[in-house]
Amino acid sequence: MDMNEIQDSIIEEFSLFDDWMDKYNLLIDLGKGLPLIESKFKTKDSLIEGCQSKVWLHPEFDGRIISFTADSDAMITKGIISLLIKVLSGRTPREIIATELYFIDRIGLRQNLSPTRSNGLLAMVRQMKLYAMAYQAQSAGHATQEQIEKN
Amino acid sequence: MVKEITEIRNDFPLLSRKVYDKPLVYFDNGATTQKPQCVLDAVKEVYTTYNGNIHRGVHAMSDRTSEAYENARETVRAFLNASAKEEIIFTSGTTGSINSIAFSFGERFVRPGDEIILSTLEHHANIVPWQMMCERKGAVLKIIPVNDNGEILIGEYKKLLSGKTRIVAVSHASNALGVVLPVKEIIESAHSLGIPVLVDGAQGIQHGVVDVSSIDCDFYAFSGHKIYGPTGIGVLYGKQKWLEELPPWQGGGDMVERVTFEKTTYNQLPFKFEAGTMNYAGAIGLAKALDYVASTGREEIAWRESILLDYATELLSGIPKVRIYGNSEKKISTISFLIDDIHQYDTGMILDKMGIAVRTGNHCAQPVMDRLGISGTVRASMCFYNTTDEINLLGTGIEKVISMFS
Repeated sequence: MDMNEIQDSIIEEFSLFDDWMDKYNLLIDLGKGLPLIESKFKTKDSLIEGCQSKVWLHPEFDGRIISFTADSDAMITKGIISLLIKVLSGRTPREIIATELYFIDRIGLRQNLSPTRSNGLLAMVRQMKLYAMAYQAQSAGHATQEQIEKN
Repeated sequence: MVKEITEIRNDFPLLSRKVYDKPLVYFDNGATTQKPQCVLDAVKEVYTTYNGNIHRGVHAMSDRTSEAYENARETVRAFLNASAKEEIIFTSGTTGSINSIAFSFGERFVRPGDEIILSTLEHHANIVPWQMMCERKGAVLKIIPVNDNGEILIGEYKKLLSGKTRIVAVSHASNALGVVLPVKEIIESAHSLGIPVLVDGAQGIQHGVVDVSSIDCDFYAFSGHKIYGPTGIGVLYGKQKWLEELPPWQGGGDMVERVTFEKTTYNQLPFKFEAGTMNYAGAIGLAKALDYVASTGREEIAWRESILLDYATELLSGIPKVRIYGNSEKKISTISFLIDDIHQYDTGMILDKMGIAVRTGNHCAQPVMDRLGISGTVRASMCFYNTTDEINLLGTGIEKVISMFS
């Protein structure tokens, strides 16, 4: 599935529920399936501190795609992170930079990602995109290096 | 005449609204309170019938507004039982009041090596301004410790007082835990050494009778919006002898007597500290809010709130997984708690969707959270317009949270 297909499937999954409590229950369940950050990476450097909840995020880049692992001290935050990772993890830096995260809005979780909600989620999305930009710059740098060597 | 609760609630238009199709249960009064219709009307009246800039014009509008503004100052004076109107300075709020005093007091009285005493319970607004001043002046902060219930250790406080202490700044009640500080005793001890005391009344003024002459504080700061008034207006009470001594914290119009490029002389109190166009509509609205509180009865308000606090404490204590932080005899109607190992943010999110507005997080009081070894709490801050029915809904909400997360 491409990234937008995943976003669409999330929207569909959430559309089955009208009641907020059911949506939250789904988020709590999703949070349990989050690819957890290894404890050795759970450091100050990987911490995105919000006023309300904490988020830890770790990227692994294999030269082609970035895989993210993460954690949070709040369950609902963890659920939302798991959705972000579902969409953005295992993608190339270019895809991550280019993608527009429209599913958040559509499943009614926009308020959780607004700048006024200092739960670290907005900062987390920014951080994921920043990692992607950094890795893209790095690969671009390598390519240029290789080209230079070829010449 | 004692008002019925329905009558009180009808005074506040916002209380009858619904959120997510559920009746709003507003338990975030520690952050800001809702406004009675009379306050809304008073502010609207300024702008629709007599708006003019204060202390400036020769025209009728300016005169009328200036008069209403100065009457508001008198209302505040009477409400606090201060001895003179010159002791009442309008500010933007508690934070504005404390920043101003920390700056001016520091400029005038603080030297390298001097000490400023605060308590562990303080809101960041009563920490950071002093810290900034200390950095400028080479002074140091000394912190009064608290016990596990969030009560300050008065004996330790007395040991901190010394010839190096320049000022003591403590809150009237902890915003995070609701614990009331023994300000009178704190002030007496400081005064025995000639040390002035500032009381951060952001969580004090709205919960009972505050008489600055009786507690004898040197400075008292509070915000309008936490006592049913508009936002952006606050008060700094200061004893005249101190305010006369302190330099102004801002320069500009209205605070001056005579300006030349060589030298400016300052206006007399209270105008010396009110540079620029003040928030006069806010001050007039605040005065109306204080009138409202006074006519409802401050003792009556305190009594109603004590019943709510007792009821909520008993109800929450009866839920096995709930831990209350700040178990003290003397509290404002605020309960800070955590449920089991459920994160405060999760609890707050679920309660919100049930129509219950609480505050979650560290409440801008990180040092006391650190002291208690927690990252934050859920805070239900009630006031006299809340009801025991609403507390029952909170109880139901907590049970729901437990069923979802445990």
